[in-house]
Amino acid sequence: MYKSLEELCRIEKETKQPFWKIVQEDDCREQGIGEEESFARMQAMYEAMQYADAHYDENLKSASGLVGTEGKKMRKAREAGTLLCGDFIGKVMEKALKTSESNACMKRIVAAPTAGSCGVVPAVFLSVQEEKNFSTEKMVEALYVAAGIGGVIASRAFLAGAAGGCQAEIGSASAMAAGGVAYLLGGDADAIANAAALALKNLLGLACDPVAGLVEVPCVKRNVMGAVNAMTSADMTMAGIFSRIPPDEVIDAMRSIGRSMHEDIRETGRGGLAGTPTGVEIRERMANLT
Amino acid sequence: MNLLDIIGPVMVGPSSSHTAGAVKIGRVSRKLLAEEIVDAKIYFHGSFLATGKGHGTDKALIAGLLGMQVDDSRIPESFALAKEAGMTFTLDGIDLGDVHPNSVKMNLTGASGRTLEIVAASVGGGQIRICELDGLTANFSGDYPTLIVHNLDQPGHVTEVTSMLAHKSVNIATMQLYRASRGGNAVMVIECDQEVPAESIAWLEHLEGIMKVTYLSLSEEGQA
Repeated sequence: MYKSLEELCRIEKETKQPFWKIVQEDDCREQGIGEEESFARMQAMYEAMQYADAHYDENLKSASGLVGTEGKKMRKAREAGTLLCGDFIGKVMEKALKTSESNACMKRIVAAPTAGSCGVVPAVFLSVQEEKNFSTEKMVEALYVAAGIGGVIASRAFLAGAAGGCQAEIGSASAMAAGGVAYLLGGDADAIANAAALALKNLLGLACDPVAGLVEVPCVKRNVMGAVNAMTSADMTMAGIFSRIPPDEVIDAMRSIGRSMHEDIRETGRGGLAGTPTGVEIRERMANLT
Repeated sequence: MNLLDIIGPVMVGPSSSHTAGAVKIGRVSRKLLAEEIVDAKIYFHGSFLATGKGHGTDKALIAGLLGMQVDDSRIPESFALAKEAGMTFTLDGIDLGDVHPNSVKMNLTGASGRTLEIVAASVGGGQIRICELDGLTANFSGDYPTLIVHNLDQPGHVTEVTSMLAHKSVNIATMQLYRASRGGNAVMVIECDQEVPAESIAWLEHLEGIMKVTYLSLSEEGQA
């Protein structure tokens, strides 16, 4: 797995191989598998994302009752045409809610990179595919791009809320999705890395403060924010707006912020929103369930 | 870590540690018992106890004990499926002391009457650790075929086991030795690169000074 986005950009320039292909070849070497098998495995992940989105249950609530049915509300508002954000961003928001609610309700999802942030990449990818009619092959290539970015973040920093806060989960997912969209819109490795950097920069410092320790509040709605942030970061990139801090340095900043984060806001369910009077009350109510 | 740990795995939510990890603990435990489980007494510790209900840790563990994989969409219905399969279980809380916060202790009974006591932990990202077997330290991940031999602490048993593995062309990936007291109960935990043949395990079980042999086979993995 590559340890730097700069290195991936350099390899793209030297070899003229697209970003996704460089990531795939590296994976084939590591796993000792052929390109076809690798591609089939990644395609299975994309299909599992599509399946989770298509099989969202509009009436399901999580065991705690804290989340569920938000995807339905968003769909109705979008179909009624009342959203200021418009139909496309409305769709991104709706899909992010659907997949992350499905996760909270014990349905099958694809961790990307984690279960808590599982709504970001599919919300962005499925919406962009519907909008632009990209082929499945193209989408799977974009998934390699996203995985390559996630791999660099995992090597340089972390992907778990317990290690680096929500910036490591939703922040990474958003960076991965943004890079994937930049690729889909015709961006080269520099554009991909820049989109990832813009997305991650916006989410630096985000605490992981789940109420009652559950992957529900605020996780589900943060997936919406991560997905929309990925779209704006990709659009800014394609408009020629660049990050003043190089992508690898942004990831390193995420690592140093994560390291200095107090344990209370690293997935312990103690600080932040979890520590508010209402958060504490919900935790006590959940404890009485057992 | 590989690419499909970044995009993937496909799993039933909501949590890789509290749900997927719990399924894996159950699944590995069933394989260690090496037969259908008829009764399971389950004791949750720490964060597993505090947030397990909301994460479906209980349902996930039972699903694993029934042999399900982490992406099995029947995980939420595992209690009813256990009843259909004739498996009884109890769920309680426990304080296991200074162990990983996501820990569980289980007393399992198999169809033939074979029993196994397991303490296991879900250590993050769906990775697990089997910490104790029948009260003796174990410490393995369940990612390799693993041979656990309980024997009397006396000279020669390590040679018997490792000679057998060499004879069967099984390479040892890691090996750990523990003992409760000098000359008392001892255990060796051997993670292997290849599967250990069933007849070799049966042979070990009959050796003098060897009390119990437990084996984690991964031969069915990846087929479901």
